[in-house]
Amino acid sequence: MNNASTSVAITLKQVQKTFSDGTLALKPLDLHIEKGEILVLLGPSGCGKTTTLRLIAGLEFCDQGGQILFGDRDVTSIAIEQRRVGMVFQSYALFPNMNVSENIAYGLRVRGESKALKEKKVQEMLTLFDLEPYAERGIDQLSGGQRQRVALARAIITEPEVLLLDEPLSALDALLKKRLRTDINALLKRLGITAVYVTHDQEEAMAMGDRIAVLDRGDIAQIGTAEDIYLSPKSEFVANFIGQMNHFDGLLHGQALSFKSNFMALPEALYSTHKEGERLRCMTRPEDMRLIAFEDATLKGAVFHSVFLGDRTRVLVSVEGVTELLHVDCFERKRYSRGDRVGLLVPPLRVVLLPTKETEDMPC
Amino acid sequence: MKQNKQYLLLIIPALIVSLAFFLLPMAKLLWLSLTEQHGISYWYILTKPVYLKSLGSTFLLSAVVTITSLVIATIVGLFLTRHAFRGKSILVAMLSFPLVFPGVVIGFFVIMLAGRQGLFAELGLALTGERWTLAYSIAGLFIGYLYFSIPRVVLTVMGAAEKLDHNLIEAGRSLGANRWQLLRDVTLPALTPGLISSGSICFATSMGAFGTAFTLATNLNVLPMTIYTEFTLNANFAMAAALSLILGFITWLCLTIARRQGGSSLGMGG
Amino acid sequence: MKKGMSFYFQLAFTLLVCAFLIVPIFMSITAGLTNNYFVGVKSGLTLRWVYQVWGLYSDTIWLTINIALVTTLVNLCVGVPCAYYLARTRSKLSAFLDECLTLPIAIPGMAIALGLISVYGGISEFRMSWLFILVGHVIFTLPFMVKSVLAVLQSINFRVLEEGAASLGASFWQRFFHIIVPNCKTGIVSGVLMTLTLSAGEFNLTWMLHTPLTKTLPVGLADSYASMRLEVSSAYTLIFLGMILPLLMAAQWLNRKPKRTA
Ligand SMILES: Nc1ncnc2c1ncn2[C@@H]1O[C@H](COP(=O)(O)OP(=O)(O)OP(=O)(O)O)[C@@H](O)[C@H]1O
Ligand SMILES: [Mg+2]
Repeated sequence: MNNASTSVAITLKQVQKTFSDGTLALKPLDLHIEKGEILVLLGPSGCGKTTTLRLIAGLEFCDQGGQILFGDRDVTSIAIEQRRVGMVFQSYALFPNMNVSENIAYGLRVRGESKALKEKKVQEMLTLFDLEPYAERGIDQLSGGQRQRVALARAIITEPEVLLLDEPLSALDALLKKRLRTDINALLKRLGITAVYVTHDQEEAMAMGDRIAVLDRGDIAQIGTAEDIYLSPKSEFVANFIGQMNHFDGLLHGQALSFKSNFMALPEALYSTHKEGERLRCMTRPEDMRLIAFEDATLKGAVFHSVFLGDRTRVLVSVEGVTELLHVDCFERKRYSRGDRVGLLVPPLRVVLLPTKETEDMPC
Repeated sequence: MKQNKQYLLLIIPALIVSLAFFLLPMAKLLWLSLTEQHGISYWYILTKPVYLKSLGSTFLLSAVVTITSLVIATIVGLFLTRHAFRGKSILVAMLSFPLVFPGVVIGFFVIMLAGRQGLFAELGLALTGERWTLAYSIAGLFIGYLYFSIPRVVLTVMGAAEKLDHNLIEAGRSLGANRWQLLRDVTLPALTPGLISSGSICFATSMGAFGTAFTLATNLNVLPMTIYTEFTLNANFAMAAALSLILGFITWLCLTIARRQGGSSLGMGG
Repeated sequence: MKKGMSFYFQLAFTLLVCAFLIVPIFMSITAGLTNNYFVGVKSGLTLRWVYQVWGLYSDTIWLTINIALVTTLVNLCVGVPCAYYLARTRSKLSAFLDECLTLPIAIPGMAIALGLISVYGGISEFRMSWLFILVGHVIFTLPFMVKSVLAVLQSINFRVLEEGAASLGASFWQRFFHIIVPNCKTGIVSGVLMTLTLSAGEFNLTWMLHTPLTKTLPVGLADSYASMRLEVSSAYTLIFLGMILPLLMAAQWLNRKPKRTA
């Protein structure tokens, strides 16, 4: 089975959503999703992920002036049942009055397809999702993972133009989550279906998506591939949301950022775009920093605390001139104890610099 | 949104039924009771002893029945929730049947119990050589009203008592409270909303009970019987309308109280 | 815990109360089957009285069954969609409708009957037919149907089920009949049982609405209590209990069954 022929690109133009109670859930949004692409909507709770998805699905309608296109088809005011979307709900929304095969076949049933076709396609789906032994079971006799698969099978059996998934794995345990997200990713790619995938789990987002759109209070904060977003976040919000970041302020001094007696060399691309003496916020990830000998370093500090995490040791270092403790991941099996004097090496290319807002000078 | 039209389609039948066969009749009733000689019926109700007495005695009877059934049913309900014994579930099931028995049948049961050939009569004959017949007096009504009130309160008490947090009782006991103190300070306060709610439903049902009184044909003029006589014998429609509106208002008030307390307004028998 | 005096006192009291509720039922059953109740069971058991009741009152029984069934049918068509609407929307209209539908529970049957007579009593075709009683029964039982369906709807997440069906292309009516109705089956069934029981036993309204040609079973009962010998009344009551008790037991059984998780 292949959806490549039926799937389409999705375009959102100036789509905004105000709920009847006046809540502005989504600020005007432009978004283009290529045919066959998987876009992940990522963001904290209440940022408007579900709202965006429901607008694309046709379960909500956007404010006047917005436009939603499936390929060339304007679907802005078309109800969900005519949009040809497949949808997987967070709670799966499986029908308790039907068994597994009836659930899977439902999309074909309402289209009035012949019995033979229904049976053939349901069989295909049962095989594809390893559900054959459960075909006659009721929904309440299935495990969470099986329900999830039934929901997915039910959504794709009609070969929808786009597939929408709202936190489809959030009800499952961590181990199953990891396995299923690889499976789903492989399946979606094989089907070549355009998909929008909502999650608030950044690891899941990075594993699933061709591109990730990070939402912040009803607005797209950044959109791009996982690398883009992880390596060069455009704002502190994005940087904080994906992975862990060290933030610290310093003054630009020549080709380096200085913190009292310490300094950190910067690549040309970074220092040349800022003014001498400017206060800058520097962000680096714990796994990018390295602990080196105290004497060799330009950035020196003392170990405040260290935690053994199995695959690495997280070391918290206090550096003179830097308010925050810096988190450093150390992958060698080395032990640090409080008060050890260490040097820090920050690879210049792994640094993100953002101008600090003068108003929130030096947070403590 | 265009789907709203389809949703409206769903309630049109209910709206028509409710408007045509309930709201319109009630409005007409109100209109009739008010326009007939400028609502003189209401004046009569307030001044003529026949009506005042009927209203008063119905009120009193219903209140006494309500209080009695609350006491009886609380004892029975608490006992049934706290102790398990064989055949309990059948007993509880049977307790709930009288809820939907029509008033006439309950009236007949009263005759069976306390009529001229009833159980009490036989009992009295055996004990004192005299037949005890209570059925056709106010006592008969009292027995009949108790009959349909007790099950309702018992079921409510059982429902509330099952939800009662057992830790509360244990906490009370750990603090050294004795059985009566526990009942007074823990159990009864927890049951109060249910008792208020089922009590007001009992009261409302007793006020409006027609079938039982009709079957027993007592000399006591309870309100529904007064309404019936006004309508059939005296052909005084305005008076019947006014009385039934007053009755309706009282029962509506009781059931509103019951709903406030979160009770479900289970079937009105009587 | 040791069972003390108070336990036995409470047990005795409870049994006494239960006896008060149950003994009359058995008494009227025996009375309906005894040759001569005044003499007692030793006069022999007989079905004579039951046959006699059948001969005298069978038409009231048929009419009662007829009205109960039609009332149920009307309640299904009117009440189920209405319950769905009430569960679905929260508007002024739905609040008003909800209030209008619950009110007949609170208003005594007499008042409703008087109102119906005052408005429609003049249309003699209607006044004389059993449809007049039907209307009263629908008004009286509809709230129970609506409430019991509504209770089930409020306990399942029907909105998301419906959205699921819509995403698969189901139209409004397909959603209603494929998803909503099957999933509130338990509520519908208990509403149906409730309607049948209440309609079969309704007296307060029916007594005012009936005509000599449209007598229902409870009306006939009142008639027989006033004019027939005790055995006949008992046999008639027996028939009534025979009709109504299976419904009550079915309702009990339905409530006891553990609810399916939706
Ligand atoms: N029907 C509604 N009426 C009013 N406000 C709503 C409605 N639905 C959502 N909102 C509001 O819109 C905002 C975005 O909600 P949305 O459900 O899209 O969040 P989300 O990103 O999916 O969050 P979560 O991760 O918790 O699911 C929230 O502030 C929410 O309170
Ligand atoms: Mg959400």
